[in-house]
Amino acid sequence: MSNIPENLRYSKDHEWVLVEGDVATVGITDYAQESLGDVVYIEFPKTGDSFNAHEAIGSVESVKAVSEIFTPVGGEVVEVNEGINDSAEVVNSDCYGGGWMVKIKMNNPGEADAMLSADEYEEYLSANA
Amino acid sequence: MENLKKTPLNAAHRALGGKMVDFGGWDMPVQYRAGVIAEHLATREKAGLFDVSHMGEIHVDGPDAIAFVNSITTNDVSKLVDGQAHYSALTNERGGVVDDLLVYRFGENKLFLVVNAGTTEKDWDWISSKRGDYDVDLRHASSDYCQIAIQGPKAIGILQKLTETDLSTIKYYHFTTGEVDGVPSIISRTGYTGEDGFEVYADAGKAEQLWNKMLETGESEEILPCGLAARNTLRLEAAMSLYGHELGDDISPLEANLGWICKLNKENFIGKDVLVKQKEEGLDRKLVGFEMTEPGIARDGFPIYIDDEKLGVVTSGSPAPFLKKNIGLAFVPTEFANIGQEIKIEVRGKLLSAVIVPTPFYKREK
Repeated sequence: MSNIPENLRYSKDHEWVLVEGDVATVGITDYAQESLGDVVYIEFPKTGDSFNAHEAIGSVESVKAVSEIFTPVGGEVVEVNEGINDSAEVVNSDCYGGGWMVKIKMNNPGEADAMLSADEYEEYLSANA
Repeated sequence: MENLKKTPLNAAHRALGGKMVDFGGWDMPVQYRAGVIAEHLATREKAGLFDVSHMGEIHVDGPDAIAFVNSITTNDVSKLVDGQAHYSALTNERGGVVDDLLVYRFGENKLFLVVNAGTTEKDWDWISSKRGDYDVDLRHASSDYCQIAIQGPKAIGILQKLTETDLSTIKYYHFTTGEVDGVPSIISRTGYTGEDGFEVYADAGKAEQLWNKMLETGESEEILPCGLAARNTLRLEAAMSLYGHELGDDISPLEANLGWICKLNKENFIGKDVLVKQKEEGLDRKLVGFEMTEPGIARDGFPIYIDDEKLGVVTSGSPAPFLKKNIGLAFVPTEFANIGQEIKIEVRGKLLSAVIVPTPFYKREK
């Protein structure tokens, strides 16, 4: 079964966000990393880039597949976890910790509130995955 | 999903945590719990075990066996001796490739063809339709056999524990019949990984016994079961062609660098005239290997640009787990098919740099 921490919010595209003030840390879920298999490279947006919610901001490449990262919240990229490209397998081993991808200063924190709770995401997975 | 074909090892794959996918109509493991990188490295450094029972087998028996197969394939079957196999191609009248295959010679009246899984029915129809007046019996025997590949530097030691046959006497691209764990088998020193190793063909009903025994015997050598994803990255590092990617009905084997299996001096075979003409006049495009020179991964089908012009396409592209580079194979116009040529590959709207490099990307030390 997928690991789904209680303290995060989830999107149907299998991203998670951790909200601290008006900054959302975004990563991909355990289900997403498991489906992708061994992750080897992450294509990041640049710090300072702005995106609307649900826009593609980069991609995660595994040996056999590539998956776009859709930001669940709109705003400005304030930090990217670029260092993980030296050991991208951290996205597989620690997707909710060291494998985080970007931090976004949200234009509208309400977008994070509207995301799925852990329970709702689990329900979504069992119905759709 | 219920219509997918299954090899006799389907339950074994599921028991090992195989992630099952539809591969050309077959329900096959793309990877197991260890994951593609671990599986790939195990095969390079220790041993990997692959279920390739989905491949097709065709028996060709009769006095005209050699003449018949020689008339439909590019390599020279008359050069094979008993106990030897070779890589070859079935060609169509346009000089394109119907399939690539292995031809095994058991005797002058007895050949055994091993073809790709996804093309087995097409090949069978093609081969049957070309029989004409040749005195041969053709038998589609794919469901009779399981095929298990044990590959990697430790493969010979592991398999040797299960057979009385002295494996060291089997040369590369040779085979023998013998017992593996008491099961009558064809033991062939062939593979699709760039490593030393064997492919074992046996009765489909014995598949689980052989598979489990090989895994168990190889445990001390840290053998891993390997899925299709590792099979693909291993063959790509070794720059071996995959049908439907580097080879196809409209791709000449000469374009795909398979001139070494096209014996244009032998008696006539289907498509020979076209290949002879291509050789005389030169080819428009050639298959090359490339390596990315900036971060990014080229995937199958991505366009290639040279001097701002779209001139080619990636046939296979992937991260290379052993080489730790992003590599690929691609067709480009012959005039640009030179080592050191810089190219650009369009990766989701961005043009990324790559360079043409020698192939194979990986060659094992002997």
